[in-house]
Amino acid sequence: MEEITAFFEMGGYAVYVWPSLALTVVIMAGLLIATLRQLRNRQRRLAELEARGVQRQRRQRPAPDPTAQPGAETREARP
Amino acid sequence: MTRKRRRLYIVIAALLVFGGATALVLTALDDSLDLFQSPSQLMASPPPPERGIRLGGLVEEGTVLKSTDGLSVSFRVTDGAQSVPVSYKGILPDLFREGQGVITVGNMGPDGTFVAREVLAKHDENYLPREVVDALKESGQWQGEATQ
Amino acid sequence: MHRFANPARFTRLADRILPFAAVGTVVALGVGFYLALFVAPGDYQQGESVRIMYVHVPSAWMAMFIYVAIAVASAVALIWRHPLADLAAKASSPVGAGFAFLTLVTGSLWGRPMWGTWWEWDGRLTSMLILFFLYLGHMALLNAFEDSQRGYRAAAILALVGVVNIPIIKFSVDWWSTLHQPASVMRLDGPTIHPSMLWPLLIVAVGFKLYYLTVVLLRIKSELIAARLRALDLATVKAAEVQGQAVQG
Repeated sequence: MEEITAFFEMGGYAVYVWPSLALTVVIMAGLLIATLRQLRNRQRRLAELEARGVQRQRRQRPAPDPTAQPGAETREARP
Repeated sequence: MTRKRRRLYIVIAALLVFGGATALVLTALDDSLDLFQSPSQLMASPPPPERGIRLGGLVEEGTVLKSTDGLSVSFRVTDGAQSVPVSYKGILPDLFREGQGVITVGNMGPDGTFVAREVLAKHDENYLPREVVDALKESGQWQGEATQ
Repeated sequence: MHRFANPARFTRLADRILPFAAVGTVVALGVGFYLALFVAPGDYQQGESVRIMYVHVPSAWMAMFIYVAIAVASAVALIWRHPLADLAAKASSPVGAGFAFLTLVTGSLWGRPMWGTWWEWDGRLTSMLILFFLYLGHMALLNAFEDSQRGYRAAAILALVGVVNIPIIKFSVDWWSTLHQPASVMRLDGPTIHPSMLWPLLIVAVGFKLYYLTVVLLRIKSELIAARLRALDLATVKAAEVQGQAVQG
């Protein structure tokens, strides 16, 4: 028990050590969670759009290559 | 020359020019970018008493005197060549001790004593467990802490 | 290098790397933090406050490493017009900003008990603050223009200009008198930090690198999907226009 208390006291530097560690965990975890959320959101929207968009375009003309990214090919083709 | 090749040269040239210009500016500003002055620098050109300065060096061994109330302290700051007496009233940082690197912020008094408003402790680049230091001291291999 | 310009190919590669990067992050951080908190000894001068080092130093390394990565990606984007390089730079800067912020705050929390001050305008601390502002500027420029290509161009130029700050951060403690002490690990005559403290530090640092790899791959994937979303939106609008013209004609 005493060992546990001593551990949390950090030799009297608890108010500096624990906030440092806590902030590190909060920022790193927060960035990861925000990244994952954004990715899932975009993936869902893409799935919806493709489900609708591909149907509409099929009536018009052949569907474009789904991996094509506008700008990427044209810019790459330049010498 | 292809456009890519030309852009490569432009980027390299721009980096070199900008890097060079920065280096020149930093060289010109060299002294003013120092955070503190050493006792030797201070002795060489004593500043007017009204100007606040930072004096840095090591706390000279055997010069730390604490007042009976424990609030005031006086010690000498040395760089090996010169040393300046310092008086200070307030709380010292945990790392403050004889032989330790310190930065004192304050003014040069008329009597040649530096009156510090603030004392900051520097720590050196050595990180060692306490047991290792004790063992080194016991075997007489300890080199001391003054490595600034 | 241009092989990875294809978004589908990049995404496949990223999906293959990601599980390893994620597992590696968890393992390295788990082992590293365990060693740092429970095994590593206190310092002979600083006592237990030295444990702040295990997050402060790896954060500072990451803040500088990610900035160099952004600068390299920006050069590739400017010279070879590689679209993925722009995305990599954009995906990296929030992560770098996070680490620069962590460096400043944990340094402040460490400086208060050891040095006796939260902040001092010395060469090291000031150049690190500038790095943080460079990250913020990079993020702001990316979003400052209606035309995203112009945003990428401006941000890339800022990233390259700001790269001079990296050697300044590194050598500030040698060039000028500073409150911050000189380097303990990356120095020519070998580390001045005891192995019992060095190993936990290096393992946490590996964990931080793998964390960055994980997050940046996820963010680039996310940016690629965002680009496709914009393209699909555009295609839908165009399709509607074509339809409208067909009705008129």
